[in-house]
Amino acid sequence: MSSIPYILEERPDTGLNNSRLGIWIFIASEIMLFGGLFSAYVFLRFAAPEGDFDYWGSKLNVPMATFNTLMLITSSVTMIMSWASLRMKQFDKYKMYLGLTILCGLGFLVVKYIEYTSKFHHGIFPSSSTFMGIYFTLTGLHVLHILGGLLVLIYFWSPVGKRMYDEDPNLLANRIEVTGLYWHFVDLVWIFLFPILYLL
Amino acid sequence: MMVMRYQLAYPETPIPIVGWFFAESGGIMLPENYNTLGAMHGTIMIFLGVVPLAVGAFGNYLVPLQIGAPDMAFPKLNASSYWSYFIGGVIMLASFFTPEGAARSGWTSYPPLSIFESGQTMWLCGMIFLITSSLLGSMNIIVTIVQLRAPGLTWFKLPFFIWTQLITSFLLVLAFPPLEAASILQLMDRVAGTSFFLPSGLVYAGNAVEAYGSGSPLLWQHLFWFLAHPEVYVLILPAIGIVGEIIANNTRKPLWGYKSMIYAISFLGFMSFIVWAHHMFLTGMGQTMSAFFQLTTMIISIPSVVVLTAFFLSLWGGSIRFNTPMLFALSFLPMFGIGGLTGLPLGVAASDIFLHDTYYVIGHFHYVVAPGTLFALFAGIYYWFPKVTGKKLHEGLGKLHFWPSLLFMNGVFMPMFIQGLAGLSRRMYDGGTQYAHASDILQWNEFMTISAFCLGAAQIPFILNIFMTLASKATGERNPWDSTTIEWSSPSPPLPHVNFDEEVHVYHGPYEYSVPGKDKDFCPQTVK
Amino acid sequence: MSNKTDITVEEHLEIQHHVKTYINVFVALIVLTFITVAVSYLEVSFIEAFFLAVMIASVKGSLVLGFFMHLITEKQAIIWILVSTLIAFMILMFLPLVSMIDHTNTW
Repeated sequence: MSSIPYILEERPDTGLNNSRLGIWIFIASEIMLFGGLFSAYVFLRFAAPEGDFDYWGSKLNVPMATFNTLMLITSSVTMIMSWASLRMKQFDKYKMYLGLTILCGLGFLVVKYIEYTSKFHHGIFPSSSTFMGIYFTLTGLHVLHILGGLLVLIYFWSPVGKRMYDEDPNLLANRIEVTGLYWHFVDLVWIFLFPILYLL
Repeated sequence: MMVMRYQLAYPETPIPIVGWFFAESGGIMLPENYNTLGAMHGTIMIFLGVVPLAVGAFGNYLVPLQIGAPDMAFPKLNASSYWSYFIGGVIMLASFFTPEGAARSGWTSYPPLSIFESGQTMWLCGMIFLITSSLLGSMNIIVTIVQLRAPGLTWFKLPFFIWTQLITSFLLVLAFPPLEAASILQLMDRVAGTSFFLPSGLVYAGNAVEAYGSGSPLLWQHLFWFLAHPEVYVLILPAIGIVGEIIANNTRKPLWGYKSMIYAISFLGFMSFIVWAHHMFLTGMGQTMSAFFQLTTMIISIPSVVVLTAFFLSLWGGSIRFNTPMLFALSFLPMFGIGGLTGLPLGVAASDIFLHDTYYVIGHFHYVVAPGTLFALFAGIYYWFPKVTGKKLHEGLGKLHFWPSLLFMNGVFMPMFIQGLAGLSRRMYDGGTQYAHASDILQWNEFMTISAFCLGAAQIPFILNIFMTLASKATGERNPWDSTTIEWSSPSPPLPHVNFDEEVHVYHGPYEYSVPGKDKDFCPQTVK
Repeated sequence: MSNKTDITVEEHLEIQHHVKTYINVFVALIVLTFITVAVSYLEVSFIEAFFLAVMIASVKGSLVLGFFMHLITEKQAIIWILVSTLIAFMILMFLPLVSMIDHTNTW
């Protein structure tokens, strides 16, 4: 179909294939996207009146967020396990681990939903304070990333994955590796969001 | 644009032809209409015009050809970049026809005003799509350059244009996301009622603003200029690349100091991240930081001078062919020189405090982008048109396009320096008639407006040329300019999805012109 | 088909070795999460708490980057891209902050 080289095999002098380089550059730009928001957070924290961020920060639910952190870490490890199973050509194990990853991601969203709605019930909205604004913006954007990742994961978990595996297992392994890199990055963002928003 | 110029020359008079647009006021442009046009002119020209043309069009078309690749690395990503650009463009342009109207807070969208003024929400949504489009496109370009180079094409055999595209793409990938973040924050401010950019105790239109406050308008300026300064180099680097290709080809000489130019633009790319606050000298910045940013600003002018000097030295001793692309490329050098050198007084806080927000800034910026980048893009169109279509544009019409353009371009922008030095502020809908100190230099407004209309008329031969050439019969000549770089070894136009009809292997550096002992005065990269 | 689905014994062993590493990293991440939460209850000043939290998060982040994302065995090109991203990130984080602190009439 296509004559583009180095889709799967590695280019000898760079040692990379296209998608791996591509996803890392994508992650680099994501780092800068969240970097902009982190920078805004720090800037606003300095600009805010003394104790303002502490006061509003204490309204967040730490146990729920801790639970969510564990959930995401678990999903990260199941993600990489599904890739490892795929490399060992164990398709069933791959499907199980990928399913677990999707479940953890969905669980994260459910907990986040409970968190958001309970905030709204208490009359706390993004406009309530600058801290709440940045909290909703940062976590909201992160939730959007989770959603996007989940869509891709479900796509590969669906029969499409099986078909791709039958055609070329290495292609599926490559796609899962790249998806995994993105998924780990989303996990990584949460690892930083969690202490900065909930614990400080 | 023309409407704006007309308004500046003849304020408070009905505007001919397009007056219906301002029907409510009897064809007279109101201040808010002028603000809208000003804001959208900047946005459209930069984000819908030059960046997509220089990086999206020239980059996407020429990068695979110049590195001997069959296609871009990710075709689907490319398509999504295009459609994202399309959606963003539609949102931007559609905003003119909404009841709120288009954005009117300047292309910089400084809060707090931009939080309250109408039309800004559409602008922000459009921006988010446009930024995403640029990001996806530049990722594709980087991967293509790194991964799909033809066998034998090592880093220092890459044409200069490819290097500029690579650096540009890196600038886009690293600098654009913070603006996306800032746009999201401003969108939250407008839609969700947050106050990221609203300080406490704000009064707007006589009423106290109901918001939590404690935000900072300066945060927007930091995030915005963190993008927008590298953005200037995004606008100019592809242009420099195009000019480099054309100068090497038409002087029949290698580019002088090819390697030092590459080091220079890499350094330029890095430095462009730490100069942005020279746009913010008037925000009450402390002396330490303003000294720091002055220093970095002066340093960043060095690589630009290195590049320009190398171009001038390339001309020395060459037997220059004065064809249309070369004329545009040659005029780029002094025009960009004027644009760059007039930037120096703006980079020093002491003189910037006087010149800031005057027409001097407008003149400086337009000299870089209009006769600078735009001329380089024209040069590129004339130069690569035979590759794209297999037909060469008409030389006579090309020269008829070039000379009036050069003349009137300067007619439009040169008086801006005079006005600016006299202290005339920018962004005034009546062109400053209400200010006594401006009365001495107001007569220039009419001159500039007439020049602008003549400049518009000077584009007619260009458009005619394109259509006439398209209607003519294709010669399909592969290498009409006797050029060395790889794209000229492909058929004209190149074959879809594979580009080349034979396997590409690279043996030579990019600019081996007039090599002693060869029977021809050029030695293509792909020929042994 | 057979050459596509089969892998050598060495490869198999190597991947299983990797899997062990993944499990270890997973345990470490869980432990560090609880440590972060525990540390936040310490009675320390904001600056100290901030540095503790960011340091633990950085350790966790490096574990994810290094092992889950295979950065420790990654190729030069990607390392260089990430280093330049990191530099740009640091500039973005600190330069606005420093210039805000240096402003004479603050915000």
